[in-house]
Amino acid sequence: MSDGIGARVERKEDKRFITGKGKYTDDVRVDNQAYAAFVRCPVAHAKINGVDSSAAMAMEGVIAVHTGPEMKEDGIGDIITGWSITSKDGSPMQCGVWNPMVTTYGRYVGDAVAVVVAETQAIARAAAELVELDYEELPASIGVEDAFQDGAAQVHENVPGNLIYDWEIGDEAAVAAALEGAHHITEMKIVNNRLSPNPMEPRSAVAIFDEAEDHYTLYTTSQNPHVARLVLSAFYNVAPEHKLRVIAPDVGGGFGSKIYIYPEEITCLWASMKTGRSVKWTSDRTEAFLTDAHGRDHVTKATMGFDAEGRIVGFKTDTLANIGAYVSLFATVTPTYLHGTLLSGCYDMPAVYGNVKAIHTNTVPVDAYRGAGRPEATYSVERMIETAAREMGMDPAELRRKNFITEFPYQTQVILQYDSGDYHKTLDMAQDIADVAGFAARKAEAASRGKLRGLGYSTFVEACGIAPSAAVGSLGAAVGLWESAEVRVNPVGSVEILTGCHSHGQGHETTFAQVVADRLGIPVDNVSVVHGDTDKVQFGMGTYGSRSGPVGMSAIVKALDKVEAKAKKIAAHTLEASEDDIVIENGEVKVAGTDKSMAWHEIGLAAYIAHNLPEGMEPGLKEAAFYDPLNFSFPAGALICEVEVDPETGVTDIVKFTAVDDFGNIINPNIVEGQVHGGVTQGIGQAMLEQVVYDDDGQMLTASYMDYCMPRADDVPSYALDHNATPSPLNPLGVKGCGEAGAIGSPPAVINAITDAIGTNDLQMPATPLAVWTALQNAKSSMAAE
Amino acid sequence: MTQIKMTVNGKSASADVPDNTLLSEFLRENLRLTGTHVGCDTSQCGACVVHVDGRAVKSCTVLAASLDGADVTTIEGVANGKELHPMQAAFKKHHGLQCGFCTPGMIMSGIDMVSRYQAEGQALTEDAIRHELEGNICRCTGYHNIVKAIEDAADQMSAPAQAAE
Repeated sequence: MSDGIGARVERKEDKRFITGKGKYTDDVRVDNQAYAAFVRCPVAHAKINGVDSSAAMAMEGVIAVHTGPEMKEDGIGDIITGWSITSKDGSPMQCGVWNPMVTTYGRYVGDAVAVVVAETQAIARAAAELVELDYEELPASIGVEDAFQDGAAQVHENVPGNLIYDWEIGDEAAVAAALEGAHHITEMKIVNNRLSPNPMEPRSAVAIFDEAEDHYTLYTTSQNPHVARLVLSAFYNVAPEHKLRVIAPDVGGGFGSKIYIYPEEITCLWASMKTGRSVKWTSDRTEAFLTDAHGRDHVTKATMGFDAEGRIVGFKTDTLANIGAYVSLFATVTPTYLHGTLLSGCYDMPAVYGNVKAIHTNTVPVDAYRGAGRPEATYSVERMIETAAREMGMDPAELRRKNFITEFPYQTQVILQYDSGDYHKTLDMAQDIADVAGFAARKAEAASRGKLRGLGYSTFVEACGIAPSAAVGSLGAAVGLWESAEVRVNPVGSVEILTGCHSHGQGHETTFAQVVADRLGIPVDNVSVVHGDTDKVQFGMGTYGSRSGPVGMSAIVKALDKVEAKAKKIAAHTLEASEDDIVIENGEVKVAGTDKSMAWHEIGLAAYIAHNLPEGMEPGLKEAAFYDPLNFSFPAGALICEVEVDPETGVTDIVKFTAVDDFGNIINPNIVEGQVHGGVTQGIGQAMLEQVVYDDDGQMLTASYMDYCMPRADDVPSYALDHNATPSPLNPLGVKGCGEAGAIGSPPAVINAITDAIGTNDLQMPATPLAVWTALQNAKSSMAAE
Repeated sequence: MTQIKMTVNGKSASADVPDNTLLSEFLRENLRLTGTHVGCDTSQCGACVVHVDGRAVKSCTVLAASLDGADVTTIEGVANGKELHPMQAAFKKHHGLQCGFCTPGMIMSGIDMVSRYQAEGQALTEDAIRHELEGNICRCTGYHNIVKAIEDAADQMSAPAQAAE
């Protein structure tokens, strides 16, 4: 089957994008369209005493100005978090209250205070400038370490010490005992820099209130429109679910930042009811920096102990996680169950312990961003093992190999049980492709040109395809994390897949069609995929955490099982054969070993004509399934980065980047490789370029692309990729998620390469030319002092 | 208000627009050509690139009123009827797009750079493509397949010229 599993099928969705016919939320314009702009808190912490909208209301074209207290009065609910974490002493977490628009206190620069609705976007934005806030500035806590100091400014009155929770995982006593007897100990302070996700499409919402039907429609930039509808309905009291349709049309990237239901979408829906107008809001880029949930922002103290042979005896981390001013939807689980559970890496560690303190600060909320907790864990583990190898005078690849897990399933000391893997072979393949054997010669050649050449590894494992519903429920999740699918076979034999996943770049319209094509032997062009509309798809949990493959496609397989079973019954009845003898091959439904067969479309027709169906069978051919995963899937990989540093300037070039990954079985190699390219590039961005910077007063200094350095084409190389598949035994297709692996694994490979080149481990991300140059100078002066 | 008249994708377009109307707004709101995207407002990301009198221009940074009489081509105007432009076809063939948001600007910049290099008789190397893409940001693809697509399209775009010689 040329279109089936494993084929490099060109994407079905591409034509509309390459011809400019994609339909994104900001492209939607409806009758009665008005536009919203937000008035935002100008300082990091303030008591808002009054909002004077008179000048704005006097402007021609302004329809209304509304504020948080009015919203509260109308019963609009506070913004919720989706996962409760229990502190190590058994106490529940403490979170500040998040009003969609400020009622009394503004707690970060950008906190929404009022909304202006006007006839055009330009008028709305101009009028927002005329709204005057009467406010009293309050002391603020900005950096995560400062916010956790005694006497730090309180972000919320009900969260003493700004401490949301103090959580632990693993066996602290066992790790302490192991470190006590260790032959070698490596200790480091590791900072995981704060990032802004930056999908290229800014967030946008179009809210439409139909007064006659008492019904709302929301077009929005969402990765999970059903979750948005559920939350908007059940918690924010906008409308009951059956009176609210959420459509996430083409969405221009998400990376986690479009999981959450933000104040702006809630406000647009409410404002459409208040004004009787359709209300549209589209973020500009500076607003995106100020209000889209950020990622990472951990400060970790890590200690790793080894025996004389280089075997890890224990690993301990203490982490401060910056949560920002409010606790966003998955902000609590990201530094805990998505981070602490990966602290064993791909190593057989007998004792592991992680402590995480989650801290409020007067900054925009921090939540899951591509990788979500797993990049932070991987960066800690992989920097520690590389640094330890250097300290012990061992080859970093060999030290890894001494500690690789080799038998599966493998139960870690931090909850997870890994499904399958072959870490030695994956590293062999990467070392071959990267020509590690030839590195010494390349380093010498670079030195002859005055350049410092370095090579760094990252061998990682991650957990994706979140996750068994009962298991996440027992850990505090408010929702189940199954996925749904419906397979509709039309009377002409073409197939529609309705999925609760959402594609915002992942290519589901192609990959999901390939799964059907493979199973039924029909061309991918005869399969269409429907997603992103709560009126079309009954329910679904959406796309994040690399779950659409392992969870979403498994639901499709489960529905296909039911379709196939019914099709076989129809064929057996029509062809007068035993159901057990029926096989489906190349678009035909055959009696095995005979020349009796029906074309696939004849099955569809028979099901709907229904003149001659087996006794008692219902007409039609349409089946649905909900799939709840048995476990996460555990992609793993070996990444090797080679860099050249100019010691005069600190400028670093990545000269080669090799990635060998284990994603289990691959449906479409083009799409999987594209995910790796993009993920690795985001990881390189984190390692070398990107950093959200707030000044001491909480003003963001990096709120445009002139100040926040996104990876450009000439910052990254072409990549050398390969795959070493060990199919997951835990889902029907044997797949593992691939969407986040690149972003999870790559930052330590880059930093390990740079620190190898410059001969000092004292370097934090982002390794800008200034940071690299400074590290070199510090190393020189400390050598001189010795 | 200023009255402007220009040619967009081969058709005449005229309107009275506020003086501060950007070309991107004129295309998206007045002409409803929504393939031109706005991703940053500061002329960095390049999602809004169109061609004005044959040159690539960031439409979020130019006033519509300054382009009276101009000949503008947007992403909607580069295909020849149903036949894709070689640059469009190459992006599809090489999986040079994921979410599609930056893609119109990438394709418009790609066509522009290939045309300039070929007019000057210069080789468009991988390094040159990466350097030329300085003003176009993509968050999804890591640029790997965009570079491949532009390399391939450059070959396709040179083929008819060589055949004509």
